[in-house]
Amino acid sequence: MILALLLALPVIVVSAHVFLPADDIWQHLTETVLADYISQSLWLSLGVAVGTLVLGVSAAWLTSMCQFPGRGVFEWALLLPMAMPAYIIAYTYTGLLDFAGPVQTLLREWMGWGYGDYWFPPIRSLGGAIVMLTLVLYPYVYLLSRAAFLNQSLCVLDVSRTLGNTPSQTFFRVALPLARPAIIAGLSLALMETLADYGTVSYFGISTFTTGIFRTWFGMGSAAAAAQLAALLMVFVLVLIVMEKLSRRQAQYHHTSRHHQQLKRFQLSTSKAWLAFAFCLTVLLASFVIPAAQLLQWTLLVADSVIDDAFMTLVYNSLKLASLTALLALFLALLLSYGKRLFGGALVRFAVRLASMGYAIPGAVIAVGVMIPFAWLDNSIDSWSRTNLDFSTGLLLSGTLVAVIFAYLVRFLAVAIQTVESGLGQVRLSMDEAARSLGHSPLAVLRKIHMPMLRGSLLTALLLVFVDVLKELPATLILRPFNFNTLAVKTFELASDERLAEAAPTALAIVATGLLPVIILSIAITRSRQLDSDKA
Amino acid sequence: MKPFKSFFTLIPALLGLGMTPGISQAAEEVNLYSARMESLIKPLLNQFTQDTGIKVNVVSGKADELLQRLKLEGRNSPADMLLTTDAGRLHRALEAELLQTVSSDILNERVPSSYRDPEGHWYGLSLRARPIMYAVDRVNPEQLSTYEQLASDEWDNKICIRSSSNIYNQSLVASMIAADGEDTTQAWAENLVANFARPPQGGDRDQIKAVAAGQCDIAVANTYYLAGMHYSQDESERQAAEKVAVFWPNQADRGTHINISGAAVTAAAKNRDNAIKLLEFLTSDAAQRWYGMVNGEYPVREGIEMNDTLASWGEFKSDDLNMRQLGELNAQALRLMDKAGWR
Repeated sequence: MILALLLALPVIVVSAHVFLPADDIWQHLTETVLADYISQSLWLSLGVAVGTLVLGVSAAWLTSMCQFPGRGVFEWALLLPMAMPAYIIAYTYTGLLDFAGPVQTLLREWMGWGYGDYWFPPIRSLGGAIVMLTLVLYPYVYLLSRAAFLNQSLCVLDVSRTLGNTPSQTFFRVALPLARPAIIAGLSLALMETLADYGTVSYFGISTFTTGIFRTWFGMGSAAAAAQLAALLMVFVLVLIVMEKLSRRQAQYHHTSRHHQQLKRFQLSTSKAWLAFAFCLTVLLASFVIPAAQLLQWTLLVADSVIDDAFMTLVYNSLKLASLTALLALFLALLLSYGKRLFGGALVRFAVRLASMGYAIPGAVIAVGVMIPFAWLDNSIDSWSRTNLDFSTGLLLSGTLVAVIFAYLVRFLAVAIQTVESGLGQVRLSMDEAARSLGHSPLAVLRKIHMPMLRGSLLTALLLVFVDVLKELPATLILRPFNFNTLAVKTFELASDERLAEAAPTALAIVATGLLPVIILSIAITRSRQLDSDKA
Repeated sequence: MKPFKSFFTLIPALLGLGMTPGISQAAEEVNLYSARMESLIKPLLNQFTQDTGIKVNVVSGKADELLQRLKLEGRNSPADMLLTTDAGRLHRALEAELLQTVSSDILNERVPSSYRDPEGHWYGLSLRARPIMYAVDRVNPEQLSTYEQLASDEWDNKICIRSSSNIYNQSLVASMIAADGEDTTQAWAENLVANFARPPQGGDRDQIKAVAAGQCDIAVANTYYLAGMHYSQDESERQAAEKVAVFWPNQADRGTHINISGAAVTAAAKNRDNAIKLLEFLTSDAAQRWYGMVNGEYPVREGIEMNDTLASWGEFKSDDLNMRQLGELNAQALRLMDKAGWR
């Protein structure tokens, strides 16, 4: 409870600005741009929701339940785009598809067209942003729904088949509804990240809430109005969460069967199998292979001048922060989720909810929310010690990695909590009760029942936070100590100066560093699943 | 009292999370908050360390956020010096009482008085000009004259410029409000938006590339982006740069809009002398030449050598509007652009 409130502190601090007067700025905003901010944010979210659902769920179903050529590779390869920061994919596709880029230039040369002779979908548009964000965010839905499909009991699916449902009917009538909590969890992560995105929308010139917050805050110098915009953004997220809760009502999605056998995959007919292959290949090409190849090509252009010792330090720094934060986040998520499960009062629920709001708030806003209480604490300790002990302590926490990691936790805890909770949801309360009534201590229940069942979810939580931290930029940028750089910071420095080619090596390194855990963990998740079924 | 101190410094150290700032002042050093990207100034700072033995510690970031951090850290801020890429932010820092005055004969002699704060709160280091750029094969430079004239019908569907979220456009519009008044500038912005060839998107380089590719005839962009393209490692960027030329607007009246990058010593500075040394170094011949040769910006001092590209664009008259006004008119400029529908 206290912990959750502590983690919610930055969110609260930012919200507190809501009560400051913002002069006539609101009148100006409503008269001019507010309607734009709202409609663009809504359309963006809607588009990304549809996109990630279609790509994520269908890819998850195909790779987990159907047999077709290349399935084994796609199973893990489809996770790769996760390692790709949204703004990087936006930059690379713009480089490729923009009017002045190689694709359109070639088209013009071949066809002898000039400007205005033909129509080409403009990449830097709302539609473009939806596609870019969908390509990097669908893995959230894919990952969580795949885990859910794999965990579904064979019996349920078998019953469905015996009752005469075709594979596709089984999917729509049984598997999809059963996997719903996991799919929704993945979707809400994707949407929260969409609402918090700044890099892509500002590069594409789209007026969403995030771009609005920064314009108002810095351009008009009004922290109050910016905070009020941020608060409005939080209302968006709350509505999202409440709507999901309402639609779920009292339904519980526990499993009622313990038959966890290796599932037999549906054998697709040849033509369907190739269709599935083509679908997965297209997704993989568009979301990962093409942008990565472009980055690689740029990297080769500049490799000599960029890759040196300093580069390795960047890799080390990024890895250190990401792994530390991932472990801490997992620990906290477990603590909070169990707190909610065991002492699930309304207050605890609310606190946990509040603590996970950070995911939808732009990193820079979180960063300031972290700086305010930290600087206040430091300066208070300093004043006290100056008067009472006659020396200055200076700043103890501000400007250290403690502040940076705290900001990461505030921002990314939602990822860990969502994943752990959706895993915990699969452990029926009746299992706990049965185990307890058989004389097991709570700890033994935890060790013998929860841990084996949760392993997949815990690994997923670790992986998600790790990769998110690796990509994180705004909070790192503003909170970090002197002379401390990460891969994301370096990439941003060069990319923001519009030196895309020179930014490519570090961008590629983010992707490569993110790949390793993605691959290891996706193998581990598959294996943990197999172990379970062997035991059964 | 010693044990307390070591105890306090020990907490973060125990966590393996690095040193606490503000306490380690043993060696000669200077702590810099820089809105200029670290990778771009690193060679200069290394040179400074080599010359003086003073180590430079850097946090780079976005100017507004660094300002926010400086403000919150208050008198305990470890930063000795603030470096920005526009005068508006320096003025904001001054107003928030985050800067202290410096009086150095060397600085006063080197930096022309229009490019520094009269009381010595901050000093300009380089000039960043924002002229009109045009397609060499489609535009006759005689058609061009002023920023104001870009709003005329003849440029319908021909102009590319980036989003109004960008500080360069905010400063440009602020300078126009100062020159022409708010109502005239409002009408100008509305007509300019009507002349856009496409909704604002991308950065300055993207506008230049769009002109080269034929999507529009005119762009407004900072010169160092075009210079950077001329020296790019990417051949297509070099080719694009060849198709675009610079036109210096408003030469018959107030001059072309410029902004300055500059630096200041913070009010909380603990290494004040070293910060002043760094300021003096950044205005030295060698550092100023670096701005003109490598970075593609105009040195704040006269008579400094520049690279061939910059030299080929010739001399120009710049708007000598007081830099303070850019900061003061910024919010007004942004509202005006909101109203004009300039995204």
